[in-house]
Amino acid sequence: MSLRASDVKAGDQHEAVLVDNLTRTQIVQYAGASGDFNPLHSDEMFTTQIAGYPSVFGHGMLTMGMAGRLLTDWVGDGRLRRYGVQFRSQVWPGDTLTGSATIDALREEGADHLADLVLTVTNQRGEVVLTGTATALLDG
Amino acid sequence: MAVERFPIEAGHILMFANAIGDPNPAYRDADVARSRGLPGVIAPPTFVQASAHFDPDYILRPKLGEPWFGSGREATGVAPSTGGGGIGSGLHAEQHYEYTRPLREGDVLTATVLPGRTWEKEGRRAGTMKFSEMITEYRDQDGELVVTARSVGVMTSRPVEKEEGQ
Repeated sequence: MSLRASDVKAGDQHEAVLVDNLTRTQIVQYAGASGDFNPLHSDEMFTTQIAGYPSVFGHGMLTMGMAGRLLTDWVGDGRLRRYGVQFRSQVWPGDTLTGSATIDALREEGADHLADLVLTVTNQRGEVVLTGTATALLDG
Repeated sequence: MAVERFPIEAGHILMFANAIGDPNPAYRDADVARSRGLPGVIAPPTFVQASAHFDPDYILRPKLGEPWFGSGREATGVAPSTGGGGIGSGLHAEQHYEYTRPLREGDVLTATVLPGRTWEKEGRRAGTMKFSEMITEYRDQDGELVVTARSVGVMTSRPVEKEEGQ
């Protein structure tokens, strides 16, 4: 179920829609599962009247979690050695996010075959909401 | 986040996988997971974040018997603080993980926090931004380091403006 080093090359790309029309309910679901109950993500009254945002918005970690699926669906389960992201812009209810992962380099470390990946998530307006990098262990 | 005991439980993994919209059976079904060569149900890569549930000092979870800053009858349950949205104006800027192995059902982790850097930057959409870094080491029941998390938070001097046209 894991990606083989011999089946891929630098520049290979994997793309998927991470979420179509993000619902407030999914944001609440993420709050419950993750334990991050920051009202900015679920409490419209607090977010608009106190914090001054136009509406609640998704946890950055929800986007990172959804983008993580893009990686694990491609490289296999439990294969990540490293995964890091920068949150570039907020994700709002109703957004549709598309993720794209690209193999930046293939390398060997001892007996391990590794792939370095770069990752971008954009919304329906073409704005980048998350960028990241990851390293995955591949089968030889 | 510092946590004395973070038990990795199948039901919690299931809820987390559902929340991120990931139907992968490796996060749900021990038999399928084992047929894929895994030790049993494993957790998705960002699951350690859910240790927030087990951190007694975690600031973004209501605590029994303490006032909560989210809305009830009024827009906030505490006196509005100065400086933008107060506690609510903190945002997550970066998150990085290094893994020794995937977390699996039955693991019991402890988490310790190491000091990180702090710095400031002028932002186009958010005014003065104060960044602070937190490094958390997660160890398993055998004391082995399994995940290192580096989180960068930012406090903004005003709410981040939406991009033009949003």
